Amino acid sequence: MTFLTGWGRTAPTPARLTRPRSAEEIAELVRQAPARGVAARGLGRSYGDAAQNAGGLVCDCTGLDTWSIDETTGLVTAGAGVSLHDLMAALVPRGWFVPVTPGTRHVTVGGAVAADVHGKNHHVDSSFGAHLRSLTLVTASGETRTVTPDGGRTVTPDGSGGGDGGDGGDGGDLFWATVGGMGLTGVITEAVFRCVPIETSRVRVDVERTRDLDQTLETMAATDDRYRYTVAWIDLLARGGRMGRSVLTRGDHAARDELPRGADPLAFNPGPVLKAPPWAPNGLLNPVTVRAFNEAWYAKSRPATGLIQGIAPFFHPLDGVDGWNRVYGSRGFVQYQFAVPFGQEATLRRIVARLSAEGVVSFLTVLKRFGPGTPGMLSFPIPGWTLALDIPAGRRGLARLLRGFDDQVAEAGGRIYLAKDSRTSAATVAAMYPRLDEWRRVRDEVDPAGVFRSDLARRLLL
Amino acid sequence: MRNALGSVDTVLLLGGRSEIGLAIVERLVRDGARRVVLAARGAAGGTPPVIGDAEVHLVDFDAARPETHGEVIETAAKLVGDLDVVIPAFGVLGSQAAYDADPVAAAEAVAVNYGGHVSAGLSAARRLREQGHGTLVVLSSVAGVRVRRANFVYGSAKAGLDGFAQGLGDALHGSGARVMVVRPGFVVGRMTEGMSPAPMSSTPGEVADAVVAGLRSGAETVWVPGRLRWVFAVSRLLPRAIWRRMPR
Repeated sequence: MTFLTGWGRTAPTPARLTRPRSAEEIAELVRQAPARGVAARGLGRSYGDAAQNAGGLVCDCTGLDTWSIDETTGLVTAGAGVSLHDLMAALVPRGWFVPVTPGTRHVTVGGAVAADVHGKNHHVDSSFGAHLRSLTLVTASGETRTVTPDGGRTVTPDGSGGGDGGDGGDGGDLFWATVGGMGLTGVITEAVFRCVPIETSRVRVDVERTRDLDQTLETMAATDDRYRYTVAWIDLLARGGRMGRSVLTRGDHAARDELPRGADPLAFNPGPVLKAPPWAPNGLLNPVTVRAFNEAWYAKSRPATGLIQGIAPFFHPLDGVDGWNRVYGSRGFVQYQFAVPFGQEATLRRIVARLSAEGVVSFLTVLKRFGPGTPGMLSFPIPGWTLALDIPAGRRGLARLLRGFDDQVAEAGGRIYLAKDSRTSAATVAAMYPRLDEWRRVRDEVDPAGVFRSDLARRLLL
Repeated sequence: MRNALGSVDTVLLLGGRSEIGLAIVERLVRDGARRVVLAARGAAGGTPPVIGDAEVHLVDFDAARPETHGEVIETAAKLVGDLDVVIPAFGVLGSQAAYDADPVAAAEAVAVNYGGHVSAGLSAARRLREQGHGTLVVLSSVAGVRVRRANFVYGSAKAGLDGFAQGLGDALHGSGARVMVVRPGFVVGRMTEGMSPAPMSSTPGEVADAVVAGLRSGAETVWVPGRLRWVFAVSRLLPRAIWRRMPR
């Protein structure tokens, strides 16, 4: 038995951890699933308990690490365990970039599908699921199935074709139950998706500072569409007239002629990786240290246009510190990320005001505008605003504070992100995800005995 | 499942009418628990009490019939799924004078206060171990930390229970399941009605508050009130000749 947690390092539970190297091995494991079921795991970047399975089996899928690209179309066929980091390291020098990257490169393709991850380009490119051509997964019967977004005929990997299992011939339902389905419809083994061509490995970035939340929202609403990648960092500790002051960083892939002469246009250098200390005292992040950090960050983010930045510092600043999740101390932390539809800015304002008033210690609180979502039944993004923040788990009164936010978000027709969640309730999720019952029907059909289980699924009665 | 902030979803209370037990359940529900099983003698078929907005089930349970305890645990798990917290809260106090006069009654009380907890505890532990998570809350007592002349039948059963709980906790180490030992002093409540409270007494609500805080923090031992830990650290060192003069 191995104790596992998510990235937030809370609520560890033991499971038998196994690392299969092929879809066939996974099928065999699934056919012999223990009573407590099977959960898939990648690089453990979900913040909560999505890739844990107390008393059961956890399938570490990082052994499914082969991939290939068709450079005429940009279509990548990747094993579920391939990380976006590995893909970038290989593909960027060849002039290709992943269609969507979250704030860390250290996620697997399988995890990116299961959480239907989004990045700074959501407002124009939607989430990972929107770029998929097909998915292959091992279902509860031990069968390997390939499904497509439009429900095209499912084909077995040996090409014999035809069999579409038990979902009435509509592989599209299983596909869209799997995209964002948190790994509960089967073990994803492979995905085919389209990468985007890039001229350089740099991003041309504009940095702007806003004085308060209203200006932040206005600026983003008015001009986000001029950029492919946008995000705002909010200083949550700023109060009064400065509440919600932000640093906007927005950019596009740089063209070759925008680089200084002599630069290798497609070099991919994530830069040196610092190591977080293996142990940090609880309370290292407190209002004093975080306020100092925020002041420094705000001050150093001078307005600029046309800055040329590398992929790593622009997309994945936190990947520069290995194990940064340990700075929250032994009790770990929770990440609270919610989305509310456009028109519900009042809810966003109320929550930011409350966080600011409470002096919640969160560094790198991020605000983003979402564009259209995917048809993923449990997919998180909806057109609107999303805010993500980290909070030390030991904070007094945190449970009640976040429950209050849950209610406001649900009331506004919004939702919280399952890949980040580690503390909400089943009733809350049911209120936030109107297609949950539809998802359950598809899942029950493909996994009637509940072979695929996770602590998240148990906690939220998914 | 216990969540990142220490809230739980499901609770099983064995001795479903216990004042302390119900006080704990009420607090856990206030904290987010949504499904509750109350197990008590003749409970099945009755009207479940309203506890917040939780779903409450009633199940028959007889502490004096250890052969049924395994089944009760399984029934509860069928009703609510994984058991996040199991609280055996049954017990009888009785007076030492009455036990002196009626050894059979004393043996029966010990069978419930100790033996009943052994079978219920082991049955619960088996389930929690399979689940890979969950906490067994054992309501011990300072009476068992150092047994006093004034209530040594009750105290000796609690001493046995306390040792059992510690051993079980160690046996479960690494399984994901845990045991939390609770050592209240004198609790002013239904069980002690008519008795004059000892110094540093507490109420069922205070015991429950301490239990819930302990569940949140993952404590192994909880003293109620907390300063009894130090009082008994000293009392354990007192010579017999002094200890036997303890008035109560």
